[in-house]
Amino acid sequence: MQSRWLAWSVICVSLVPAAWGVFALWSDIKRGTMYLSAEPVKELEHYYGDWVLRFLIATLAITPARRITGWNWLQKYRRRFGLIAFTYACLHLLTYALIDVQIDWSILIEDLTKRWYIIIGMTAFLMLVALAVTSTTASIRRLGKKWVALHRLIYVAAVLGVIHYWMSVKRDIREPALYALIFAALLGYRAWHALRSRSSRPDSNRSPQPNSATSA
Amino acid sequence: MIIKRGGEIPSSEITPEHAYANRREFLKAAGLTGIGLSAVGAGLLAASRAGAAQQKEEPTSFERVTTYNNFYEFGTGKEDPAQNARNFRTKPWTIKVDGLVKKPGDYALEDFIKPSTVQERVYRMRCVEAWSMIIPWNGIPLADVIKRAEPTAGAQYVEFTTLLDPEQMPEQKFPTLHWPYIEGLRLDEAMHPLAILATGLYNKPLLPQNGAPIRLVTPWKYGFKGGKSIVRIRLTAEQPVTAWVRANAHEYGFYANVNPQVDHPRWSQASERRVGEFNRRPTLMFNGYADQVASLYSGMDLRRFY
Repeated sequence: MQSRWLAWSVICVSLVPAAWGVFALWSDIKRGTMYLSAEPVKELEHYYGDWVLRFLIATLAITPARRITGWNWLQKYRRRFGLIAFTYACLHLLTYALIDVQIDWSILIEDLTKRWYIIIGMTAFLMLVALAVTSTTASIRRLGKKWVALHRLIYVAAVLGVIHYWMSVKRDIREPALYALIFAALLGYRAWHALRSRSSRPDSNRSPQPNSATSA
Repeated sequence: MIIKRGGEIPSSEITPEHAYANRREFLKAAGLTGIGLSAVGAGLLAASRAGAAQQKEEPTSFERVTTYNNFYEFGTGKEDPAQNARNFRTKPWTIKVDGLVKKPGDYALEDFIKPSTVQERVYRMRCVEAWSMIIPWNGIPLADVIKRAEPTAGAQYVEFTTLLDPEQMPEQKFPTLHWPYIEGLRLDEAMHPLAILATGLYNKPLLPQNGAPIRLVTPWKYGFKGGKSIVRIRLTAEQPVTAWVRANAHEYGFYANVNPQVDHPRWSQASERRVGEFNRRPTLMFNGYADQVASLYSGMDLRRFY
């Protein structure tokens, strides 16, 4: 019961920025406030984009955090944070298509065929769609081993997301570089963990080596 | 290249009444210096066109003009300059005029402006990032300053240098751009009556985030051409290597004329959003000043010289 309250609280808090963005845009356009700077549409687009990357970080941080702390209950938050990242990706895309470009097909088609950073961002989004759709427990059961393989796409989506951000900035690459570093650390941890667990397995898993007893 | 002429705009689609009143005000101010400036008034008249017809063209609020700025010396976020430039010192301020001129010199800002009459010019400002504003500037014709310096026969370009002072301009400690910021114009562009050196907006002295105490304004070009906090104006024979050309010549050209037909490699320039508004509006050739400036570029391939 307690953990359910906690879970719902975490989800609600995670969606506060989403609600704030909607309110701030409405207020800036209708009431002339400047919560989202003097150019709220662009600002909102970037704001939601930032939250996608932040929740992808949160999602990818769960496994290392669980391994390091031993708190297995954290595992449940991996799917929750993943779905919240997907929610922000939807908001980011909707802000771009509906509010910024205002479904001007000439711009949308040009963007999706000529602008590499948008093609890359859209690819990452489609990956997140596939992950969100197959995130149900039923899907996990049905897909079995394939599910594990499919959900490794989140690493690709995260990398593409950072590339998308990096390519979109005009000159100042400090923020995208920071995201790249964090993702590198999170993926690096996994690689390190995988290597270590492979090398610590019993010798029977390896190709036979006559003098393995002497290996250090 | 096709340039839409003002004559194609039906009179019913021309500037609404309040903007027209602005124009009267403006023409009064322009009248003080007399000649050549009716062209500017016409630019204001060519305010709207089909598609943007119902959209108003009112000056962007002072608050927006002074809080949404690209002035990388004070940080790359749009709201950074207003924050980080608060204590920027603009007094005393000296401007050096040199290079291929008969009368080089170092001028205190007051002496530099005094010989000219400060005028009001309500201009569109189109950023290369596809947002725009309408700003009522106060400034002096750039041509005045150049004529006074008496360019020699070899002078073909004008180079503008922004202050280099990492103590006051924190971003200059990072290699975001090559500092100091350099901008430039061809001499005939610089002599054009639309080009001004602004010292104020909304009849107030420029705030630091807008380029105090003096900055370049060339309304038919993308905003980054308007060098801010200028300390040096140099006449040259060679085309200046501007900060953005040096940073990324593939995306930012020397001319940087507003052109809806030539896209930025990463986004369309066909339309723009007026800061503070919701809907996009079509971008106008030369930012709506084609009648006045298109002749400067006749015969040039504007795709190549972007």
